[in-house]
Amino acid sequence: MADKMELRDVEVWDGNMAASQAMRQVQIDVVAAYPITPSTPIVENYGNYLANGYVDGEFVMVESEHAAMSGCIGASAAGGRVATATSSQGFALMVETLYQASGMRLPIVLNVVNRALAAPLNVNGDHSDMYLGRDSGWIQLDAYNPQQAYDLNFIAFRVAEDHEVRLPCMVHQDGFLTSHTAQGVKTLDDDTAYNFVGEFKPMNDMLDLDHPVTHGVQTEEDWHFEHKARQHNDLMTKVFPKIEAAFDAFEKLTGRRYNIVETYNTEGADAVVVCMGTSVETAIEVAKELRADGKKVGVIGIRVIRPWPHAQIAEALKGIKAIGALDRSSPNGTFGMLYNELAGTVVNSGESKVLTNYVYGLGGRDLTKVHLREIYAELLANAEAGKPTTPLQQLIGVRGPKISFH
Amino acid sequence: MNNGWNDFEIGAMLRSFDGAVNGIATTLQEDRPYSKSNSFTASVADWRIEKPIFNKDYCIDCQFCWIYCPDISIISRDKKMVGVDYDHCKGCGICAEVCPTNPKSLLMFAEQEDEDKALAGWPEKEKKEN
Repeated sequence: MADKMELRDVEVWDGNMAASQAMRQVQIDVVAAYPITPSTPIVENYGNYLANGYVDGEFVMVESEHAAMSGCIGASAAGGRVATATSSQGFALMVETLYQASGMRLPIVLNVVNRALAAPLNVNGDHSDMYLGRDSGWIQLDAYNPQQAYDLNFIAFRVAEDHEVRLPCMVHQDGFLTSHTAQGVKTLDDDTAYNFVGEFKPMNDMLDLDHPVTHGVQTEEDWHFEHKARQHNDLMTKVFPKIEAAFDAFEKLTGRRYNIVETYNTEGADAVVVCMGTSVETAIEVAKELRADGKKVGVIGIRVIRPWPHAQIAEALKGIKAIGALDRSSPNGTFGMLYNELAGTVVNSGESKVLTNYVYGLGGRDLTKVHLREIYAELLANAEAGKPTTPLQQLIGVRGPKISFH
Repeated sequence: MNNGWNDFEIGAMLRSFDGAVNGIATTLQEDRPYSKSNSFTASVADWRIEKPIFNKDYCIDCQFCWIYCPDISIISRDKKMVGVDYDHCKGCGICAEVCPTNPKSLLMFAEQEDEDKALAGWPEKEKKEN
C-alpha cells in the first residue's frame, strides 16, 4: 500500500510538479516514460515518488518515446490505469502510436508540455506539438497555468476512463511558461483526489483470462471505415457531456470552475481574441485594462481543443463583430489552425464577422501586452469597418520587415 | 454478424469465445468453443505456395517441428506427431528445416503436389560421406 503524502492547502508548484502530483494521487498502475525537456521533471518527480514508497504501480524506463507510448498501450490493453508525459520531438516520435491508442480505445492520459518542433532545434514553448496531435483521435485539454495543469489531470482520468468514452486524453501546458513557473497551487488531499477519479474499472482487458480477447486487429476496406466512424462518433457525441459533468463535479468539490470554452468579458464585446495556453492570461489582463478605457473587448480561451467545441464557440461568439485568431504554431503554408477552425465554426452563424489571423510566439518568443493592445486596436477597427482593415494573416513579434499575407 | 458502424464493440477488439471460458489452457484446440471471430475458424491456406508433407515412417517424435512452428500448425498429441494443420500453415518451411531424421520426415512440396505421390517418391537415406 502506497504511503500518503501530506500536502499543504496551497503548495508552491510549477506545472510539472503539479502534473506529477496529480499522477501520484490517482495511483497509476503503469507509467512507461522517456524524459524530454521541458516535461522531464514530470517523470523525474514521479520516479521519486515511486522510489520513496508513495506509488504502488510500475515505472518502466524505455528507450524512446515510441516505446514509451507502446508500453502504455500494452499496459492499458492489459487492464491498468496508465499515463506518461512528453514534449516536442518526443511527441513527434510518439505520433504513430497515438493513433493506435485512440483506435484501440485505451484511456491513457498523456501530459504534453508544449514545445516547438525542430529545425532549428528549440526547447522553448510554442504549440507546434499540440497542433500535431489534433487529428490523432485523442481528447485534448489545455491548461493555462500550474493550478489548471493539476486540476485538468483529474478531469482527464475521469473522462477518459469512463466506459462510455474510453478514449485517451492529453493534458497540455506551455513549456517553461507553465511547466517551470512556480505558483501557488491549491491542492486536494490524497484521498479526495483519488476518490474524484475513482478506482480504475477495466474493460475488455487482456488479463481477464476467462474472456480472452485479441487487441489491435487488422481491418481493411471491409470494416476499417466502420471502426473509424464509431470512434469519430464517440468523440463528437459522448465526450462533451462527460467533460461537462466532470467540470460540474469538480466545481462542487473545489469551487474551481472550468468550461469547455472559457470566456472573459465577451458580454457585449465588439472584438475578441481567441487563443490558448498562457496567452489567455496575458490577453485577459490587457482586455481588463482596455475595458477600463471603455473599449469593448474580450477573450475566448479554448479549454477543449479536441473534440472541437463548435457549438460552444458559436454561442460564445454571438454578436461579436471582429475576431483575432492567435496561433502559436507556424502554419507552414496556410492559415493557422485556430483561424481555419473558427472560420468553419462562424461561416454558417448567420452573422457577419471579421476574422483575422495572428501567428505569434514561435519557439518561446514572448507575446507582450503591447502586442495584444495593437491586436485589439486592429480588431476594433475591423469591427467598426465591418471588413478587414489589415492583411488576413500577420506574423507578430518577429524581427525584420513586416510580414503578412492575403 | 455486425452490419453498421454502431453495431461494433469499441476498440477493434475481437473475442476468442462467446462468453466466459474456464480451463482453456488445458483444453485441446479442436475442443475449444471458439467464436466466429477467432482466427482458428479462418483458413489462411491460400497464403501458401509450398506445403510441408509429413512422412510418419521416418518420424522419431522429437517434437522439433512442433516447437519451432511459428503458427502452431504442427498437430501433436501426447507427444506423438499427428500431422500438419493445413488451414493455418503458411508454408514457411521451418518444420522441414529443423527435422533431424535421415531422410527427413517433413519435406516441402509445391502446393498442388499429391500427397500419395510425394510419399511414394520420398528420398532414400543419405549415406554419410567418409
